[in-house]
Amino acid sequence: MIATGHAKTYPDIWRRFSPLESAVRFFWFVIVIFVAVWSLRNLDITWVYFLDAHIQAGDLLTRMFPPDWGHTGKILAPLLETIHIATLGSIVTFVISIPLAFLSARNTTPNWATWFIGRFILVSSRSINTVVWALIFVAIFGPGAMAGIWAITFRSIGFMGKLIAEAIEEVDEGAVEAIEATGASRLQVLLIGVLPQVLPVILGTTIYRWDINIRESTVLGFVGAGGIGIELYSSINLFLWPEVAVMLFAILGVVVISEFVSATARQRIT
Amino acid sequence: MSPPATTPVAYPRVWKNPPVFLTNPALRYGFWLAVGFYLFWSTGSLDIDWARAARGLPRAGDMLARMFPPDFSRSELLIRGIIESLQMAFAASFIGMIVAIPIGLAAATNLAPKPIYLAARGIIVLSRTFHEVIIAIFFVKIVGFGPLAGLLTLIVASVSFISKMIAEDVENMNMGQIEAIKATGASFTKLLVYAVQPQILPRYLGVCIYRLDANIRHSTVVGIVGAGGIGMTLSATFKRYDYDFSLAILLTIIALVFIGEIFSTWIRSRLR
Amino acid sequence: MAMLEITDLIKEYPGGLRALDGVSLTVSEPQVVAVIGSSGAGKSTLIRCINRLVEPTSGSIKLGGQELTSLNRRALRGARSRIGMIFQEYNLVERLTVMENVLSGRLGAVSFWQAFRRNYPADDVAAAFELLDRVGLEGRHDTRADALSGGQRQRVGIARALMQKPDLLLVDEPTASLDPKTSRQIMRLIVELAHERDTPALVNIHDVALAQASSDRVIALKDGRMVFDGAPDGLTPDVLNDIYGEEDWNATIRKGDDDDDDNDNTGKSTLNIAGIIGRAVIAE
Repeated sequence: MIATGHAKTYPDIWRRFSPLESAVRFFWFVIVIFVAVWSLRNLDITWVYFLDAHIQAGDLLTRMFPPDWGHTGKILAPLLETIHIATLGSIVTFVISIPLAFLSARNTTPNWATWFIGRFILVSSRSINTVVWALIFVAIFGPGAMAGIWAITFRSIGFMGKLIAEAIEEVDEGAVEAIEATGASRLQVLLIGVLPQVLPVILGTTIYRWDINIRESTVLGFVGAGGIGIELYSSINLFLWPEVAVMLFAILGVVVISEFVSATARQRIT
Repeated sequence: MSPPATTPVAYPRVWKNPPVFLTNPALRYGFWLAVGFYLFWSTGSLDIDWARAARGLPRAGDMLARMFPPDFSRSELLIRGIIESLQMAFAASFIGMIVAIPIGLAAATNLAPKPIYLAARGIIVLSRTFHEVIIAIFFVKIVGFGPLAGLLTLIVASVSFISKMIAEDVENMNMGQIEAIKATGASFTKLLVYAVQPQILPRYLGVCIYRLDANIRHSTVVGIVGAGGIGMTLSATFKRYDYDFSLAILLTIIALVFIGEIFSTWIRSRLR
Repeated sequence: MAMLEITDLIKEYPGGLRALDGVSLTVSEPQVVAVIGSSGAGKSTLIRCINRLVEPTSGSIKLGGQELTSLNRRALRGARSRIGMIFQEYNLVERLTVMENVLSGRLGAVSFWQAFRRNYPADDVAAAFELLDRVGLEGRHDTRADALSGGQRQRVGIARALMQKPDLLLVDEPTASLDPKTSRQIMRLIVELAHERDTPALVNIHDVALAQASSDRVIALKDGRMVFDGAPDGLTPDVLNDIYGEEDWNATIRKGDDDDDDNDNTGKSTLNIAGIIGRAVIAE
């Protein structure tokens, strides 16, 4: 603005964005719409089925009620197995993911090759869904809880390893330097200088992952890897909807309780 | 230097770090006993065919041998499946991010009246509880096999995730700004555009991008119960022991997820 | 034989910055050597080159006759276990207890499993309790380090360094994060302990008055070169002008530099009171 000492002139137009900014925003907007429309149009969807979907859904719901509560006794064992798979898988994950995280953190990995291997394991583990891991382990160990535990483990190590490695990369370097200066060996530096600093993260993510794993292990049975999913899948395929309803309520209960337990436990970690 | 020998009695020669957790020794030992018992009980009660599991290692070796080299020759099938998965992910993210707005606003205590709040929270809790694959199989029963079931599944998952985030952001909003805009006499919709939207928009877009990333990952699995995408092809290869093609699909999925993650990190860093 | 002998030490950081440009220094008796100089003069680099937390570019460092610059990793760990170090930011492992931090000074002497099980030799445990008593933290051994005040944390840092039964103490700005009164107490403690145990100490310090009051010898660095080496009395206004640039030094030298701008989170009024107490502490 030019201060001339005369009466100030004010602009007549005010815009939130400059023309270029508006153009860029518009461009992104168009791209998003275009991709969405392209995706929808090209999917091989028979929209006719969609028209009576609400009728089908309503029909399904009415068939579920009243739930067959007599079935409750029969699902207790598979439900327990579901929890066992999640818990044991989380324990194995806890053991594996700690060294893996040290391997994948830039400041603790021995050299670039080990760092790359660590990162590759983390990425592969996280890219492949638990159910896909279950497919693989069912092929290896045969159907059953064993495959489920390993599926849970192989998916979880990527999740936990990544979070723990991030925590390791953010530790207080001063404390690490001080331990190095005492003449401690490399392993001792990790043990005394680094591990105590990331311990809360390790415990917190383990408990958090356990809670996620409970949910994941409910569907392992769909591919034969144990737990309540086996019964659920067969009941659905046999159209035994009242039994399905009981199992859904059971899963709802277990998931809500485990979420509560996990949240309470994580709050207590200091 | 003063060697410790000059003070032989004055200072304790034994030290144990105090327990960090469960300070009561009875409780602590009880806890570890319980853990030991649980491990024993749970591994014992599991329905594991140990003889079959013992054959696992050689089988794994055999499977690996069959996996290599990965077979990319049926690339047309592979690409069609991957594109279908991607389309499901894109479309579901787009619809999800729009549908999530009203539900998210309704699930915020500081904006919505109690009954609406409870209904919205109910929807979120219910859809978050059940794994995508369970939701997918119900949609398969309702609309039949194919990508429509997968699309609907991913929409449900996206809506519950994004709307929960919106609700949290709205609840953590700076209420002073809301009051200031209210004080100008603005209506509820004007309030949304002027006081709510600027506060939550960057985070909302970030969450949507994150969800797109997650949808790409999940779109590869809903096919296992028949809900479209590459997952259908993948589970078929396992049934046919067609392991070299399985590996090709798995490697493609890993690459896809990896690229998706880089893309989403890049976009989210630009949003700030 | 000289306890510490540094000859023509050069450190060039990647990018061409010469932090040390031919420093030579011999310490032949157990004395407290204050290292002064403005920020960026190379004080911290000098100290870190000695235990090779920073790798020197060239030159020689001999501790008790042993050449440190050419040691391999394993031998370097042995040498480091004989050099105690005290840091500006204390650098304790915050989530461990006081005792665990103090005993970490013995890591060079115990195995991984002993460290894992916190199973230190009885002599070390007794020595640790004695040191905690000496630095004024009796009974605090089970407190977690993050529950201590700055001054108390530095006391733990001192105990950890002395736990190593070092042949040399490296002290990097021990008081720069502390208020004036605590600074003086901590400095006095370091000097007393160094003298008690006949251990030579190299102390980086910002505060000229504190350096003069507490050291046996002062060396000054400017742009990586040594520009002064002598008794604390030798620090005349002319010399200080040479080290730091023009300033009215008489006030600093006579009254003590209490308004050091490194004092963090101390209110103005408490600063003055602490300054007065600080002078009284030195004077006693």
